[in-house]
Amino acid sequence: MNFIITTIDAVLNWGRANSIWPLTFATSCCGIEMMCASASNFDIARFGSEVFRPSPRQADLLICAGTITHKMAPLLLRLYQQMPEPKYVIAMGACTCGGGMFSALDCYSVVRGIDKILPVDIYLPMCPPRPEALFDAILKLQKEIKKESILTRKEFLESHKLFLKEEDGILVRKVDEYEYSRNDKE
Amino acid sequence: MNYLLCTLMEIPWLPKILAVIITSGIAFCIIISLLVLTVIALVLIERKLLGFFTQRKGPNRVGLWGVLQTTADAIKLLCKENIELKHADKILFTLAPIMAFASVIVLWCLIPYNSEFHLINSSVGILLYFFFASFPMIFHFLAGYSSNNKYSILGAYRGLALTASYSVSIIFSVLSIILITGTMDLDKIVLYQSHKWIIFSNVLGFIVFFITSLAKLNRCPFDLSEAESEIICGYHTEYSGMRFAMFFLGEYAELFVMSMLIVVLFFGGYLSPFGGYISNTFMGNCPISSYLIYFEQTIWLFIKTLIVIFSIIWIRATLPRLTQFSTLNLFWKYIIPVSMINLIIIFLVRF
Repeated sequence: MNFIITTIDAVLNWGRANSIWPLTFATSCCGIEMMCASASNFDIARFGSEVFRPSPRQADLLICAGTITHKMAPLLLRLYQQMPEPKYVIAMGACTCGGGMFSALDCYSVVRGIDKILPVDIYLPMCPPRPEALFDAILKLQKEIKKESILTRKEFLESHKLFLKEEDGILVRKVDEYEYSRNDKE
Repeated sequence: MNYLLCTLMEIPWLPKILAVIITSGIAFCIIISLLVLTVIALVLIERKLLGFFTQRKGPNRVGLWGVLQTTADAIKLLCKENIELKHADKILFTLAPIMAFASVIVLWCLIPYNSEFHLINSSVGILLYFFFASFPMIFHFLAGYSSNNKYSILGAYRGLALTASYSVSIIFSVLSIILITGTMDLDKIVLYQSHKWIIFSNVLGFIVFFITSLAKLNRCPFDLSEAESEIICGYHTEYSGMRFAMFFLGEYAELFVMSMLIVVLFFGGYLSPFGGYISNTFMGNCPISSYLIYFEQTIWLFIKTLIVIFSIIWIRATLPRLTQFSTLNLFWKYIIPVSMINLIIIFLVRF
């Protein structure tokens, strides 16, 4: 039985790891580096990830490239929710990892790290990261995907459902909760 | 296939209907396996070639030189979540990709692969081809309409506008071929070209047919209905997983079969370009040489088809996308008049 499960796991994970189709999503300067990664000097196509899907319904990976403002946060969350399982997130750039140069207390507009609103698989902190660093992140993600198993898939999904929590029978998005806490601080 | 059917019919204890079912089942298995293998190879070829055209390497990490890249994609797409939409028309939403793919399979059966293997051998082959080739567009429209999304419906309407503009000119250029050969049977059209390919007597018709087939295949520079920089994915914006893979598969299968039709109509189909067959020259005394000829004919057809596909991918790597208005202008103001003039010229020369 274990033999069958591990074989299925190996085939599935091989397929998933080797065909990560990213979503076309870029909000600022990290997006320029992401475009550069698919151009001729660096060539993201070598890893099979050059198929940038414009629709989140067909994407596997959300490369969150660039600063996320409070106004953009609900849209980012909606894009993440529109993606089908299995889905992965790379937080690209210092702004998405923890606010970056906007992390000072007096900045009113920037989300201090996208892990406040959605689960992040790989953090890639630089300002902005070079294309090689993005490839490193994708390779690390491939290694993570190859460790997955269909037996632990349910727990994995539960742990990634953090952005939805139930309060008095009503589903509250984590971004709403985040909005409250931000208002409290101010 | 006819030979197999006759052999099965002669077996006394086998019911005739069962013989027909067995024969068509075998034919279906051959066609579907050929189709899936070709599409997997074709997507890989396109990604590699697009890489080479833009001075990149293309996929080269998965398998040897990246040959298993599209296999990995296929495995992933099979196991991806299928998102059910709350506001969509569920029956149409599920049915549209299946039917769009199924109508492409019929197109594959209409092409003569060699002088023996021709599954639907009809005297009105071209007519049947264009009857079934109009189906995918209808189901693309239904897909866009049923998914209840503004981008999908925009893509669907664009596809319909494009269909209305290319259908006239594609039929006119096919009519010119029917005038030259005097038949609608694809087998007879191929045999007509055993001395001279039709492209030499119908250059204008070929240019019109090639441009309109680019529009028919939703290829660049006419990929308006899935223009990703304007309307997210066009008609398949809301599709995910296997349903999206059906559209993907159907699109590339249609690309291959349309290129085969171009070869059959203009470049002599399965006939060897040198007059004689290589297997006949070198292995004429061999007892299996008559069977080798069939393989060689199929190989010739595929080589010519790959050259046509190469030029189509070349165009994709070179040209930007036309806007809606300039596409309609091109078709209604230039292509349709040219195809009419071509038809008149052919008519005057012929009679």
